Amino acid sequence: MRISTLWYTFKQGFKNIFRNKVFSLATIATISSCIFLFGLFYCLVINVQYSVKAAQSGVAVTVFFDEGLSDDKIQQIGSQIQSREEVSEVKFVSSAEAWDSFKEDYLGEYADGYEGDNPLEGSENYEIYLKDVSKQPELVEWLNSVPGIREVNRSDITAEVLTNVNTLISYVSLAIIGILLLVSVFLISNTVAMGISVRREEIGIMRLIGAKDFVVRSPFVIEGILIGLIGSALPLVAIYYLYKLMMEYANANFAVLSDMLKFMSVQELFRNLIPISLILGVGIGFLGSLITVRRHLKV
Amino acid sequence: MITMESVSKSYSTGVPALNDVSLHIKKGEFVFIVGDSGSGKSTLIKLLLRELTPTSGRIIVNNYDLSRLRRRKVAKFRRNVGVVFQDFRLLKDRNVYENVAFAQRVIEVPTRQIRKNVPAMLSLVGLAGKYKAKTWQLSGGEQQRVALARALVNNPPILLADEPTGNLDPRNSWEIMKLLEEINRRGTTVLVVTHNREIVNAMRKRVITMRKGIIISDEEKGEYIDED
Repeated sequence: MRISTLWYTFKQGFKNIFRNKVFSLATIATISSCIFLFGLFYCLVINVQYSVKAAQSGVAVTVFFDEGLSDDKIQQIGSQIQSREEVSEVKFVSSAEAWDSFKEDYLGEYADGYEGDNPLEGSENYEIYLKDVSKQPELVEWLNSVPGIREVNRSDITAEVLTNVNTLISYVSLAIIGILLLVSVFLISNTVAMGISVRREEIGIMRLIGAKDFVVRSPFVIEGILIGLIGSALPLVAIYYLYKLMMEYANANFAVLSDMLKFMSVQELFRNLIPISLILGVGIGFLGSLITVRRHLKV
Repeated sequence: MITMESVSKSYSTGVPALNDVSLHIKKGEFVFIVGDSGSGKSTLIKLLLRELTPTSGRIIVNNYDLSRLRRRKVAKFRRNVGVVFQDFRLLKDRNVYENVAFAQRVIEVPTRQIRKNVPAMLSLVGLAGKYKAKTWQLSGGEQQRVALARALVNNPPILLADEPTGNLDPRNSWEIMKLLEEINRRGTTVLVVTHNREIVNAMRKRVITMRKGIIISDEEKGEYIDED
């Protein structure tokens, strides 16, 4: 295809949007709403996952050793644990560190009476952090079989709840995104069908003159893609400012919850949201118009 | 240039619109096709444009066997046949120049070439001075000239005119017919479907008369034959 033809079909696609103003605007508005909802949902899902991940990384399995186990042997166990695929971090906690931490968490100023003593003598341990909390049971089973390990402490309930929340959110988000996409494809398809019926005469003339299928169809596909693109770019701007505003508001008014609520930064969030939304918009536009053009424009 | 061999066409109702029609039109001929409503003229035009395929028989237009033509070759074939209609079928949102250039753009003629061809064609039809006008600002005769320019700008060897004077007053009708004659003189084969008895009788060209799907007369320098 010639560059001039490509340019011509692009211009025609662009003009189609204006020739069919009311319908195009209605479609852009609806697709914007869909992508806006998608964006909000995406922000919610990503931030919940972000918080869940942050919480997950705090869930640890603790292993204690047989009494009198040599330092070499303990180190060897440490290396074995570190080499496991599901393990993200292994931290050695000596008896002294365990006691310091206990004092800080539970005793505070009352710890003074224990000066010189360490009631937690022999409780050196490994704190093991997982990449994926759902793998905890397998790890625990393996740890129990390792010689030299006396006890394995774990938090099954936390791990399970976090994994379930994560899965639930993923499913719900997939379902909602799927519905929104279908609605958008249907809308674009309708707008393009309307455009085709308005320009039936022009299409008829093109056919009689001897225009190829591609030349007849492409302006409508370009129209769909442009509508999808505009429809996805507008809500991105809105979400950008809204998200920033919300983060500032939450940080100013709910500082108490800052440990629980972890917000992803705007830059980090938009690094993915921009391409995903634009691809979605363009994809919806392309698909919606292509379906319609194939159905209505049999040359 | 155009050959039809025992062509029949029936629609789903079963009534034959064309019944065993055979004809041959040589390169450079000027032919009138006349007949009343329901005589099969429109079906004939649609068959020649490959908008329809015959139920039986063979149609050859400029070496294209239309009965065997594959769907994806239809576009290329249609570039051999220019066509104008009674209702002009111009694009109302575009001016005269754009209407004519449209025919070239959609078959991917380079822009530089379009800029040369369109003014030349507008000069031929006598509308060089009105290239910026919107089509609704033109008279019926002028609109038909634009339609002619659009049909001819791609230089097709055949021109089909379906009732080209149907919406025009006698003066404009004559001007259009003179233009068609001039186009024919330049080498284009011209087929004109018409009801206009005065024009047919005055021009003394080949006249093919159809009635109820068959050709009842085909005469060189013929006349309009009434139905009775």
